[in-house]
Amino acid sequence: MLIVMKNQEPQTKSAAIPLCSLDELPLGLGRAFNVEGRSIAVFRTRKGKLFAVDNRCPHKNGPLADGMLAGDQIVCPLHAFRFDGVTGECDQPGQCAVQAHEVTESDGIVSIRLVGSGR
Amino acid sequence: MIRPQKQKLVILGNGMAGARTAEEILQRAPEAFEITIIGAEPHGNYNRILLSNILNGTQTADEITINSIEWYKQNGIHLIAGAPAIGISLAKRTVGLLDGRQIPFDKLIIATGSRPFVPPIPGIDLYGVYTFRTLEDCSSIAKFAKKSKVAAVIGGGLLGLEAAKGLMTHGPAVHIVEMAPHLMAVQVDSAGGAILGKTIASLGAIAHTNKATAEILSDAGSRVRALKFKDGSELACDMVVISAGIRPNLELAKEAGLATERAIVVDDQMLTGDPDVYAVGECAQHRGKCYGLVAPLYEQCKVVADHITQANPGATYTGSFIATKLKVMGVNVASMGERDELPADEVVRYQEPDAAGGGVYKKLIIRNNKLAGAILVGDTEAYEGLAEKMKSQAELPRRRAELLFGAPTECSAEFSLASMPDDKQICDCNGVCKGKIVEAIKAGKTTVQAVGKATRAGTGCGSCKKLVKSLIEAVAGEVKADPAEAFYVPAIPMDKPALTAEIRNRGLRAVSQVMEALATKEDEKSKMGLAILLRAIWGKEYIDERDCRFVNDRLHGNIQKDGTFSVIPRIYGGVTTADELLKIANVAKKYSVPTVKLTGGQRIDLLGIKKEDLPAVWKDLNMVSGYAYTKAFRTCKTCVGSEWCRFGTNDSTALGIAIERKFQGIETPAKVKMAVSGCPRNCAEATCKDVGIIATEGGEWEIYVGGAAGVSVRKGDVLCRVKSQVEAIRITARFMQYYQEHARYLERTYDFVPRIGIEKLRAVLIEDSEGIAAALDERVQRYLDAVVDPWVEDTKSAGGEGVYPGQFAPVRTVTLPVLATI
Repeated sequence: MLIVMKNQEPQTKSAAIPLCSLDELPLGLGRAFNVEGRSIAVFRTRKGKLFAVDNRCPHKNGPLADGMLAGDQIVCPLHAFRFDGVTGECDQPGQCAVQAHEVTESDGIVSIRLVGSGR
Repeated sequence: MIRPQKQKLVILGNGMAGARTAEEILQRAPEAFEITIIGAEPHGNYNRILLSNILNGTQTADEITINSIEWYKQNGIHLIAGAPAIGISLAKRTVGLLDGRQIPFDKLIIATGSRPFVPPIPGIDLYGVYTFRTLEDCSSIAKFAKKSKVAAVIGGGLLGLEAAKGLMTHGPAVHIVEMAPHLMAVQVDSAGGAILGKTIASLGAIAHTNKATAEILSDAGSRVRALKFKDGSELACDMVVISAGIRPNLELAKEAGLATERAIVVDDQMLTGDPDVYAVGECAQHRGKCYGLVAPLYEQCKVVADHITQANPGATYTGSFIATKLKVMGVNVASMGERDELPADEVVRYQEPDAAGGGVYKKLIIRNNKLAGAILVGDTEAYEGLAEKMKSQAELPRRRAELLFGAPTECSAEFSLASMPDDKQICDCNGVCKGKIVEAIKAGKTTVQAVGKATRAGTGCGSCKKLVKSLIEAVAGEVKADPAEAFYVPAIPMDKPALTAEIRNRGLRAVSQVMEALATKEDEKSKMGLAILLRAIWGKEYIDERDCRFVNDRLHGNIQKDGTFSVIPRIYGGVTTADELLKIANVAKKYSVPTVKLTGGQRIDLLGIKKEDLPAVWKDLNMVSGYAYTKAFRTCKTCVGSEWCRFGTNDSTALGIAIERKFQGIETPAKVKMAVSGCPRNCAEATCKDVGIIATEGGEWEIYVGGAAGVSVRKGDVLCRVKSQVEAIRITARFMQYYQEHARYLERTYDFVPRIGIEKLRAVLIEDSEGIAAALDERVQRYLDAVVDPWVEDTKSAGGEGVYPGQFAPVRTVTLPVLATI
C-alpha cells in the first residue's frame, strides 16, 4: 500500500504487527517498543486515543516515549518540542516532523503498521 | 490535472549562505522550485561561526547544526553532499560534478563561499600544518593538538584568535604570529590592539606581532619543527594552524565566463551577468566590497529570495553597514566604521589597561558631530547605542562621555529600550529587529528560547540574548495588564487563590478532574503545576495520576541528553560517613556508572543510570531521594561550623541536617535551595540561596530569603533574626508554606520575594499581622506528614514493576508474526 505525504517520496506501510495488550499501555502516557529494529513510541491518551511515532525527536534524538501528552500533542522530554501524535508534525515552523505510524486496537490487542523504511 | 513543471533551482554551496537562501526561498514560495543543493562537505549545514566551540570541545557537531539532513528531506530539497562541483556550463545550463554527473538548472545560485588563504611559503605541506575552516579541520586539529607541545597560529585576526583559544584547551603552549603591528588589525587600532594583546597574554597565549613567516622548518621526518621569520628569528613549534585570511571561491564562476574581480561581481539584485545566475555570500563582490560576516550575508540571501521568487521583484541590496561585536578568547571586542582618525577629526579615547578582569579601551572618531567610527575592547556595553548613532548618523550629545558610559539617569537602560525604534536591529547574525521580537513577545513568546524559535534572534553567536531578555522583561511588563499573567497555570483562567478555593469547593482531588472541570485547553505545564497544587491542598487525599508528571517526576531522576537518568541520594547537610560512601561506591561499580560527580549542593551524582536499573540502584543504595530532579526542596548546603572550624560561632551542620530532615520531600512551585553558614564569613554561600541562614557573633541566626545565583544573581533579603535552631526551622517552614500557597507555578523565590515585598513578608510571617501564622505552621506540618519517599514507594509497588505499566521496563522488542509460506 502507498501513502503519499507532502514533499516526500511515496511511502510504504507494513502489515499489521501486534504489539501488546491495551492495558500494558499506561493511561495518558507512552511506552517504547522495538519493532523491526526501529524504536517506536506508542501513546494512549486519557480520552482513549492511540497513536505511535518514531521514538526519536528529530531535534536532538530525545526519547519521545518518555514525553508528556498535551491533548493530542507529544512533548519531547528533553527540550519540549511538540509533535502532533496523529500526523507527527512539529509545532515549530521549520522543524522536522517525526514519522507517525498507524496504530489500531481490536479485542484489547494493540497493533501497529509501520510507515516508511525508517531511514 | 497536469501541473506546470517546476523550475529547476540549483544552489551551488551548502554553507551558511546557500542553505539560508534556500530557507528564505521556501518561506516565500515553498512550491515554486525543485531545489537541488550541492555541497562539498559530507553533511547538512552548520553554523560556521561556532566552529571554535567544536575545537575547544564545548559544543558537538550536532549542536552547531543548523539544518540536519532530515531538514532537506522534509522540505523536498535534493541535497548532494560531499560531491564537489567542477564546472558550470552556462550554454548547457548544467553544473558538472566530480563524479561525472551533470545537474541541470533553470536558475543557479552560486554560494561557494571562501577558503582559507594559505601563504605561498616553503613547508606549508609538512605534517602538522592545518587550516581552520571546516568541521573536518576542527577534528583533525583537536586530535593533533592533544599530542602537541607548542602550537603556532599564523594570523592574529579574529579567526586566528579563535583557533588559538581552541588550541589552548587541548594542552599545547600557544603562540600567535601576526604580520601587522597588532592583533585584530581589521577591527581595532594599534592602541586597542596593544591592550587586547596584553589581556590575551594574561590568558596564557603569546602574541608575536610584526612577524612575517618566511618558512616552516621541518625535522628529519617532514614534521613541523619551527617557524622561521623574515627577520631571521625562529620559533620552535610542533604544530601550525594557518589563519591568514580567506579567499573567495570564484574559480567555477570565472571559468564559466562570469565577471569576477576579487570575487564574483554582482549587481543590486545579487545577479551576475547572467539573468538566471545569482551569487551570494563570501564569494560575491557587491559594489566593490566583499563581506565575510554573517549579517550582511543573510541580508543578501533575503534579496536573492525576494527577487528569484518575485515575492518582491524590486528588492535591492545596497550594501551593509558593518558593525561587529564579538567575544574573542573571552575578551569583548566591537568595532564599526573607521579605524583610524583623520587629522581634523575629534577623538574621544578612554583607556584602562590594567582594569580588573582585562584591559579596557574605547575610542570614538567624531566628524562633523557625527560618529565616523568606534572601537571598544574589554567592555562593549556601549555598542548598541553607538551602532544606532552610527547607522542613523544622528547628531551626538554634547557630553561625549554619555556615548561611552550612558546618560546619568538611574533607568537609562530601560528608557533606551523603550525609545529604541522598531526597526533597530537586535540580532545582528540573523538580522532580526526590535519590532519583530516585540511582536513575538506579545504573541506569548516570553522566554529567550521561545523568541529564538519564533524569530531566530539569539540563535547565531548568542551575544544578543541579554538584550532579548531585557526586551521580554520590558514588554512583558507593558502587557502585564493581561490577566493570563496572573493565572497559576496557563490552561485555567484563575489566579492561585481563586483556583485553590474552586478546587476545595468542588472537592477536585485529581488533575484530570480539575482539567475536565476548569481548563480551557490542555498543556503539560498546567498538568505539572496542578499536580503540585493538589498535593499541597489535599495531602494524603490527593489522587496521584502519573501522567501529570514530567518524566523526571515519574522516574525520580533527572533525564539526561542520552535518555539515561542521574541518581542523587540525599546526603543530609552534606555530611556523610565512610559506610555511606562505600555503599555509593559499590553501586557505582556494580552498575558501571559512567560518571560519578560531586554536585554543587554537596552531594554525589551518579550519572548515566538506565531506566530499568533505577529500582535496583535505589534498593542497593538504601538511601532516600535527594529530589535533585524536580520542583521541590533540594538540599541544604552547610559549612563545617563551630564543631570544627576555629572561626565558627554556631553549629551550622547540625541545623543544616535538621533542615533537610524536616523539609525532605516538600514539593514547591519552583525549586528551593537552602544553606546554613556557621559565621558571617558565609562559606556556605547562604546569601544567594532561596532560604539562607547565617550564624551571627551573638549566637543568633539571621534568615535570608529570595537569594539566587543561577540565571539571575540576587542577594537574599533579611527576613529576621532568631535565637535558636528550633525557631529558625519554624520560620523557614512558615515561609515555605506561604511561598507554596502564593507563588505562581515556576516562580522562584527570587521573583516571589520582591513581588510580595520583604516588609509584607516580615509583617505576615514574623509579626503575624494577618493572624495566619499558626494556620501556616499547621498546614505545612500536615503536608510534611504525608510525604513518602518516592524511591521507596515506587520500588515497592507492584513488586518492582512500577506503579504504571512500563514505568521501569526496558524497551520491549516485538517479534514479528511468522508469515505463512509465500
